Amino acid sequence: MDLALTERDRGLLAGDEGPAAALAMRIIARMAGIFQAASLLDITQAHIDSTIYIGEANLEFAERLAGDGARVSIPTTLNVSGLDEHGWREWSVPSAWAEKALRQMAAYQQMGCLPTWTCAPYQTEHAPRFGQQIAWGESNAIVFANSVLGARTERYPDLLDICAAITGRVPAFGLHLDENRHGEVLFQIEGVPPMLQRDDSFYPVLGHLVGKTAGDRVPVIDGLSIEPSADQLKALGAAAASSGNIGLFHIVGVTPEAPTRQAALAGGAPGQVVRVDLPSLRQARRELTTGAGEGLDLVVLGSPHFSLAEFRRLAPLLHGRRHPNVRFLVTTSRAVAHLARRAGLLGPLDAFGGQLTVDTCILASPMLPPEVRRLMTNSGKYAYYAPGLLGAQVAFGSLEDCVRSAAAGRVSRDETLWTA
Amino acid sequence: MDRVIVGKPLVPGEASGQALVSREPLSFWGGFDHRTGEIIDRRHPLSGQVAAGRVLALPYARGSSTTTAVLLEAVRAGTAPAAILTTGPETFFALAAIVAEEMYRRPFPVVTIDSADFDLLESGMHLRVAPDGTITSSGGKTGDDRP
Repeated sequence: MDLALTERDRGLLAGDEGPAAALAMRIIARMAGIFQAASLLDITQAHIDSTIYIGEANLEFAERLAGDGARVSIPTTLNVSGLDEHGWREWSVPSAWAEKALRQMAAYQQMGCLPTWTCAPYQTEHAPRFGQQIAWGESNAIVFANSVLGARTERYPDLLDICAAITGRVPAFGLHLDENRHGEVLFQIEGVPPMLQRDDSFYPVLGHLVGKTAGDRVPVIDGLSIEPSADQLKALGAAAASSGNIGLFHIVGVTPEAPTRQAALAGGAPGQVVRVDLPSLRQARRELTTGAGEGLDLVVLGSPHFSLAEFRRLAPLLHGRRHPNVRFLVTTSRAVAHLARRAGLLGPLDAFGGQLTVDTCILASPMLPPEVRRLMTNSGKYAYYAPGLLGAQVAFGSLEDCVRSAAAGRVSRDETLWTA
Repeated sequence: MDRVIVGKPLVPGEASGQALVSREPLSFWGGFDHRTGEIIDRRHPLSGQVAAGRVLALPYARGSSTTTAVLLEAVRAGTAPAAILTTGPETFFALAAIVAEEMYRRPFPVVTIDSADFDLLESGMHLRVAPDGTITSSGGKTGDDRP
């Protein structure tokens, strides 16, 4: 299929807006060809995941674009970087590595991106609107924007996100289009007590199960008897986008494109119906834990980045002090950290002996000292990736479990909700 | 006997190597170590296998958007698979290959094949990928002894 290009598209390819914009447009046009897109469409916002420093190639790509004078043509936020810009020296980040990660941060800022440095851009003033066409990277942000806000983005990989931001153009494909947004596999929740549905720890577990089972199909969840909070939906999406290839989910009666089951499935029948009951949830919960032995080195919260509401939930749980052998870390954005400080929510964290890291997270930054081998978290995403990325063992628990374990110096989990 | 699979090149190129096959999708971020070429997703069936220089067959990439960055770094460092075979158009792998071509003039073929052909692939067979997307296999299963 021939790709229909506008006059400006052709001008970009010809180098009218400089060599960097031409490179970006060449990449966009080739991707359009692969997806047999008939045309490109305009986007009005971007979120760049390519900020995470991985190695020379990605730094070289960013510096080549910036050096060739690239500028983003639409409002563009930045995902987590490789380090806490002003706090990395308190951790084990090698300084040679830091120098490169800082160069990568500078290159993206030079292109005119907003230094938001967060994986939860949907919880900032830059959240997109319903129906808005955007190009977002960062799997958890993509799934939240599509599912909870009803904005429209494909799952943009690193490097393509910045090409979209520079040109303001993307292939008309995938989740940008109506016909690819309906549900394909139905998850029917049955016999799950409302008490458990209200608990925060239910959502990463449900997300893990849904992602793993749905694979690359759009899941529809039906049968929830409560209305989940934004942070619960964020936890669900982040876990589903880790275990599966999920860019969009629907929850009947909750998310904006799923007022009814029929609407979520676009009037069709689901290709598969999966019963979600307590035994299957217990199994998914077990999979999130790779080790829950006696010792514990670190309790870590905030993937995706902790929100102000989550700091509000955490503060009253913090009594006494963490065990001397257990670090207690919250990862968030600099903007939320500032608000939490102003709201008096960091006092209890300081008194507990907790620490705060902004701009990055333990998966994106080599910040943890090597002796940290045993982790505990309430995040499905941390639980999913920590064993591979950090070679650490991880225990998944609720927020309350995490605080209690940090004080006790060992993993302690309340099983009551899961054994009903 | 050699067997030929007709694939569709998403990003054309020539490669050959021993197949490394899984029906489970993989996120390269948290799943592949670009320093060593090892698959490090401890929940993945290929965990511990070295994918560098092999023809890696996966249905698609799951999870993180950073997969592309990890794969591009691996192409630069010489720890990438020789080629990737998928069962459908796959943004993450194809993009890494396109950018590798732009930046390093280094061909890294990504080819999509039918699910039925994918099912014939087995780790260990020798695969040769041609620029037109034709894949020639020797060793392993053939169409005749398919169960």
